Amino acid sequence: MNVHPLIETLSRLYDADRLLTRPAQLMAYESDALTAFQQRAAAVVIPQNREEVIETIRLCHGYNVPFVARGSGTSLSGGSLPIADGIVIALNRLDRILRLDAAERIAVVEPGVINLKVSEAAKPYGLYYAPDPSSQSICTIGGNVAFNSGGAHCLKYGMTSNHVLGMTVALPDGEVVELGGESLEGIGPDLPGFFVGSEGLFGVALEITLRLLPIPQTYRTVLAAYDSLHAAGDAVTAVVASGLLPGAIEIMDALAIKAAEVGAKAGYPTAPALLIVELEGEESAVEAEFSQLMQLIEETAPVEVRMAQTADERARIWKGRKAAFSAVGRLAPDYIVQDGVVPRSRLGDALAEIDRLSASYGIDVANVFHAGDGNLHPLILFDGREEGALERAEELAGEVLELCVELGGSITGEHGVGMEKRAFLPKMYGPLEMQAMEDVRRSVDSKSLANRGKMLPAGEAESLTHVGPHPLEKAGVIFRE
Amino acid sequence: MNSVSEIQEAVQGAKSVRVRGGGSKPALSQRDCQVDAQCLDLSALKGVIDYQPEEYTFTARAGTPVAEMTALLAEKGQYLPFDPPLAERGATLGGTVAAGLSGPGRYRYGGIRDFLIGIRFVDGKGQEVRGGGAVVKNAAGFDFPKLFVGSLGRLGILTELTFKVFPQPSAYATVAAEFDGLSDLLGALDAVTRSAIDLHAVDFAPEEQGWTLWVRIGGLLTVLQERAQALRTVVSAGTGQMRSLSLYQDQEEEEGLWQTVRSMRWLTEGTGLVRIPLTPQRIPAVEEALSGSQTATRRYSVGGNLLWLGWPDVTAQAGVEQDSSRDLHGLLQELGLQGIQLIGRARREGANRDEGDARDHEGPLLGRPLQNAFLRRIAAALDPEGKFEPW
Ligand SMILES: Cc1cc2nc3c(=O)[nH]c(=O)nc-3n(C[C@H](O)[C@H](O)[C@H](O)COP(=O)(O)OP(=O)(O)OC[C@H]3O[C@@H](n4cnc5c(N)ncnc54)[C@H](O)[C@@H]3O)c2cc1C
Ligand SMILES: Cc1cc2nc3c(=O)[nH]c(=O)nc-3n(C[C@H](O)[C@H](O)[C@H](O)COP(=O)(O)OP(=O)(O)OC[C@H]3O[C@@H](n4cnc5c(N)ncnc54)[C@H](O)[C@@H]3O)c2cc1C
Repeated sequence: MNVHPLIETLSRLYDADRLLTRPAQLMAYESDALTAFQQRAAAVVIPQNREEVIETIRLCHGYNVPFVARGSGTSLSGGSLPIADGIVIALNRLDRILRLDAAERIAVVEPGVINLKVSEAAKPYGLYYAPDPSSQSICTIGGNVAFNSGGAHCLKYGMTSNHVLGMTVALPDGEVVELGGESLEGIGPDLPGFFVGSEGLFGVALEITLRLLPIPQTYRTVLAAYDSLHAAGDAVTAVVASGLLPGAIEIMDALAIKAAEVGAKAGYPTAPALLIVELEGEESAVEAEFSQLMQLIEETAPVEVRMAQTADERARIWKGRKAAFSAVGRLAPDYIVQDGVVPRSRLGDALAEIDRLSASYGIDVANVFHAGDGNLHPLILFDGREEGALERAEELAGEVLELCVELGGSITGEHGVGMEKRAFLPKMYGPLEMQAMEDVRRSVDSKSLANRGKMLPAGEAESLTHVGPHPLEKAGVIFRE
Repeated sequence: MNSVSEIQEAVQGAKSVRVRGGGSKPALSQRDCQVDAQCLDLSALKGVIDYQPEEYTFTARAGTPVAEMTALLAEKGQYLPFDPPLAERGATLGGTVAAGLSGPGRYRYGGIRDFLIGIRFVDGKGQEVRGGGAVVKNAAGFDFPKLFVGSLGRLGILTELTFKVFPQPSAYATVAAEFDGLSDLLGALDAVTRSAIDLHAVDFAPEEQGWTLWVRIGGLLTVLQERAQALRTVVSAGTGQMRSLSLYQDQEEEEGLWQTVRSMRWLTEGTGLVRIPLTPQRIPAVEEALSGSQTATRRYSVGGNLLWLGWPDVTAQAGVEQDSSRDLHGLLQELGLQGIQLIGRARREGANRDEGDARDHEGPLLGRPLQNAFLRRIAAALDPEGKFEPW
């Protein structure tokens, strides 16, 4: 590695205020939202246009120095953690919506554009960008692309990957390629689809073409309380089996409900489990489906049911749900969140097992999750000041991931493997699969420079320190799901 | 090929391998079986491995006929919303994935790329590798299922596929509107695709006189009538001149309209079939380029994002009218579009070919060359010895 000569060269490309090398400057980039991992980069560059990004990548390749692209640093799995002696390419200034074509229902954006800004820009045309991670007011489209991010409303229309039509990408040696285009259909292998979710290992997305959808005419939301998690789980099975296709199906357990009360004063009923189901679409269709849904819910013997009649009431139901995650953080000084997936019919088994693990470890676990697609979000609470508490929490987290794999699921539904779950990817895939991924990665990036050490298992251990909410989360700016 | 291990041995033993599902897209699957490559027929590698209706997922072998699978799903009120085409011509699941084909229903919830969640494939080293998973949401590892959509058997041989499925709407209705000209139709298209009405399919085609637009909605029968009225209003509110408008609500008749589309029954006997992705804004230029060509039967699908083009087939028996003045490859190049030949072969002018494109003189890829460093690097990893057809 020739990091010093590289920085020397970079200093001819970047003004001093866009080439950060002093420790005080680098500190802000030491972690992402998984604050357990910290690493100091050799330098952070803040390009203002795509040419600077491409040139930086070319130089990194030439000097053999690894680099990490960074959006807003809200990754929950250590994805945007710097690489020791590497370069961080901070993309926040590439934040222009280059084109919003209402007739074609597409938006062409730079990678640093904030997720929510796309929907805001599309709104005057009656359109929106569907994927809605709870961090959407701060996370970038580039980060969403790298992680195939989802949200509460991905049940019907899918994750980021289902909404990206095309991209311009700088490969890890700086060669620029076009993937996909503006049409919903394509010719040849689905290369944008393969790039999405590659966690920065295939290079840097410079320009992304997003599909926009017409804003649904109406929403109908119901909140049902149950006397057990199991009963709420059964209700999900009944709703899914009915053939209704809700936009969102979410569950919260007692601890999460309590947190939502403390944190967001949601006014939820006090119960062991809450189910939220939301329908969206045309007025008349949603009306008819909703009465079918209500009938179904009545049959599942809820202890209390609340229907949102107005936009305000809907917002109140979601406020508690969206805040629950961060609010759980207030019940304990620290927590780890996992996002494993299980087959929907195994949700009950998975929750029972998590409950058992929680009891046997003597560690509280709160559950707030995307029940409709089997995507768990167990929050493992601990106090980092207690000797060995982090290690035990991590051990429990590991058991949850193994449970998901055993049940035929996945170790991550939307947060990515990153640095955190590297050790678990080989539990989900066999040696042949791991080799195939490594081969593809090597072929795309012969020097393994792009986000080295993430997703695919690799040597160097990272320093563990503290686990806790993202600073912006503590400040109540963003919430997680 | 009756088993995966046979495929693996064949790949390991041969210098060069080509794959054929059932051959419903012969332009893709048959031409190379004549040269010295070993051609693997996968149609015997079929059968459902696991179908759990309550999970809304199934896993089947690659050679499973689409028709068998859709019938099985229908028994449980479920379906593949992207309307896989050519099913009654014997299309297999593997061939449909490899060709990257979605039908008109793709408009509503997404294409085949959005419903394929897991695969197994035999790579160029003869190893069987798994990609993706069996659950509907999964962000772990590289997304091999997406990579194999449209891979044309050139990155590996699909052996097993896992799809997610959706509940089938209980009823459908279609509004058909006739317009004098294309611009009138495009006005209505814009109005209808930007409305908040949930559209299942949006297709249009030139008729003997004028153009017809078909818009399909689906859902609960009880409110379908009311929704169809709303749809009529939106279609008629477009800026263009509309000649007539009809509503299809009889379920059999309505389904028949779309069945014709999925099976490409509108295609004239003796013409080849070419699939061309585009966007609505490109259509006027395409129509101008095609004008004067009586032989080009065609249908625009997916809200104007796809053109299915019937084009004279040079390999067809005598008696089929040939439009000798037209070189489709060159025409698409001029338009900056790409196409893929699924059935038959279009005549090509040698002179119009790009240098880098020369290899593919008779290949199925038409128009703007599909050259991509990312793809080349991926292919080099999965097929280091070049056993499959190169890109
Ligand atoms: C409070 C909170 C709530 C959250 N809620 C959700 C949720 O509901 N659903 C969900 O899916 N996630 C959620 N997340 C996780 C996180 O917000 C997402 O993963 C998000 O997509 C990351 O975006 P970012 O801009 O912060 O990216 P970063 O954290 O900066 O980067 C993430 C990864 O993307 C790579 N990357 C960034 N830009 C590019 C680019 N242009 N090209 C290639 N690679 C790039 C980075 O190298 C890194 O590997 C939440 C996080 C927090 C803190
Ligand atoms: C006009 C027409 C009419 C026909 N009529 C009839 C009829 O009436 N009755 C009848 O029985 N048959 C008929 N056929 C033939 C029938 O269509 C074939 O049996 C066809 O099966 C099915 O092919 P396929 O869709 O599986 O894809 P194929 O055409 O076999 O293959 C498409 C592409 O996918 C690739 N591919 C296929 N499988 C895989 C895999 N597993 N892994 C990787 N790549 C793969 C191929 O290499 C090729 O590039 C007709 C065909 C045509 C064209």
